[in-house]
Amino acid sequence: MPDKILASRYSGRRRNNAVATVLAFAATALGLGWLVLILGALLWKGFSGLSVAVFTEMTPPPGSTGGLLNPIVGSLILTTLAVLIGTPIGILAGTYMAEYGRYDRLSSVVRFINDILLSAPSIVVGLFIYEVMVAPLGHFSGYAGGVALAVIVIPVVVRTTEDMLTLVPNSLREAATSIGLPRSLAITHICYRAARAGMVTGVLLAVARISGETAPLLFTSLNNQFWSTNLNAPVSSLPVVIFQFALSPYKDWQSLAWTGALIITLAVLALSISARALIPSGRQS
Amino acid sequence: MQPARRQPVVDMAMSGQGFVPAEALARTRALDRLRLGDAVFRQLTRAAAIGVLLLLSGVIISLIDGSLPALRTFGFGFLVSERWNPVTDNYGALPAIYGTVVTSFIAMLIAVPVGLMIAFFLTELCPQWLRRPIGIAIELLAGIPSIIYGIWGLFIFAPFLQATLQPFLINTLGNVPGIGALFAGPPYGIGILTSGLILAIMVLPFVTSITRDVFEAVPSVLKEAAYGLGCTRWEVVRNVVLPYTRVGVIGAVMLALGRALGETMAVTFVIGNAHRISASILAPGTTISATIANEFTEAVGDLYTSALISLGLILFVITFIVLAIARYMLMRIERRIG
Repeated sequence: MPDKILASRYSGRRRNNAVATVLAFAATALGLGWLVLILGALLWKGFSGLSVAVFTEMTPPPGSTGGLLNPIVGSLILTTLAVLIGTPIGILAGTYMAEYGRYDRLSSVVRFINDILLSAPSIVVGLFIYEVMVAPLGHFSGYAGGVALAVIVIPVVVRTTEDMLTLVPNSLREAATSIGLPRSLAITHICYRAARAGMVTGVLLAVARISGETAPLLFTSLNNQFWSTNLNAPVSSLPVVIFQFALSPYKDWQSLAWTGALIITLAVLALSISARALIPSGRQS
Repeated sequence: MQPARRQPVVDMAMSGQGFVPAEALARTRALDRLRLGDAVFRQLTRAAAIGVLLLLSGVIISLIDGSLPALRTFGFGFLVSERWNPVTDNYGALPAIYGTVVTSFIAMLIAVPVGLMIAFFLTELCPQWLRRPIGIAIELLAGIPSIIYGIWGLFIFAPFLQATLQPFLINTLGNVPGIGALFAGPPYGIGILTSGLILAIMVLPFVTSITRDVFEAVPSVLKEAAYGLGCTRWEVVRNVVLPYTRVGVIGAVMLALGRALGETMAVTFVIGNAHRISASILAPGTTISATIANEFTEAVGDLYTSALISLGLILFVITFIVLAIARYMLMRIERRIG
């Protein structure tokens, strides 16, 4: 081949490489840029509304000042309820899949189904709980909201528990068995202890996931404008209040929505960063 | 599990000092209790695993049960009807399905190339010490709750698009014959295109983190061999890494698509909630999830509620299929990489 053609082909390849490199840099800048833009907007719009009143006063009627105390407390209650219901079930199911039936049929089916539940649309979960809890009982309730969130917690905890228990070296199990420890105690006292950091991470990630969930709460726990810790009645929650206030025409409601959004985001970011800090680097799931 | 109470039992069971009849009896009892505890714990974990299965079947059964009235009334026509009229109790799912598919399509059109390029950057171009921070930052995007994207989209992004991108599209592509109809009409700010763009930002981290993981799993021997032949970085990714990880990349794309299809809050804010099919992607529309979120609590009458649950069922079936394909693809690449 003549040198000229070779040279032009070579410069063409270099040009393609340069273009791709520039595009890759641009794509990364774009991805990071959105994060900065969204966080910046949240700080800019939400920070001005941040005051003590936000944490001490109830949600106001339109046109007057107030805070977000009842939705904050409501969200905390619902999240706690969801974790209390979802974590034990998730850990037990994950334990079965990693310890008892690692290679059996049930585990592989559950693994598949669980992965689908993990990314299933959360609004469908809301419909499900509406059908099984709200419609039969005839009223919206905090319990229904908590259970709806628990349905989202379970797959996250199942996944991390299974992954983390699978990482526990078999020699630990063998050692436990060799000194005569029954299987159940070997799991709860040896394997759980070895996998604890990862399992806590799973719960933290689940909390981060549900603390901003709105869709499953819209028609389960609904909303409550007043102070109420009665879980058998509608309970206010931060995401639902943000939804309602942001779409309202009232300026002070909208600004409270921004403040609420800032609070949620900071909480979620803190949770996910601390969850990451718990896992040693290079082993994140 | 309370170690304090259990420990003596274990000690007793393992002590082996069972010569005295009373002690031997105590030892047998202790062993029995341990055996029982073992069996109970095993069955408990099994029950929980089966519970996860029941959860999914419960979702499917309750959705089918709830959507029966509407499906019985409208039959197959529900899927292809464009009407949505709560006053005359006449419902059709087509505009919502159309909106769901089009917004997700726009989202994938943007998120997939951008996500792949970020994965290319993170695995081949980025200095080692920067990889983890940037990877985490991109994953933090995935952690931001969707309602935050919604409020940001409504108050910041939509007005911005209304003032910049949309007039630009109307004035340029809007005049091109053929595709002009896609960009016709006034710039509302909110609408199908805006929802698609927000969805693109939301699913970007999913595409990025999974493709990065499968890119990293490519044996370095393969890449080194290609570099050794004189390939440029781009050629290595294009001709070695991508073909090797094709199945995983498709899995990642399907997973992101599953997310985009089911995403609710972010879309609800910016879609405009209009039950019609417009040729223009700048016009307001609706999606399945946005319709449910907007109308469910206000739905009066059994048929209205049932029509909304039917929408939920359709959404669930679509996402289930997409996610099942995604999982299957990812499982295949995992098995291959080991």
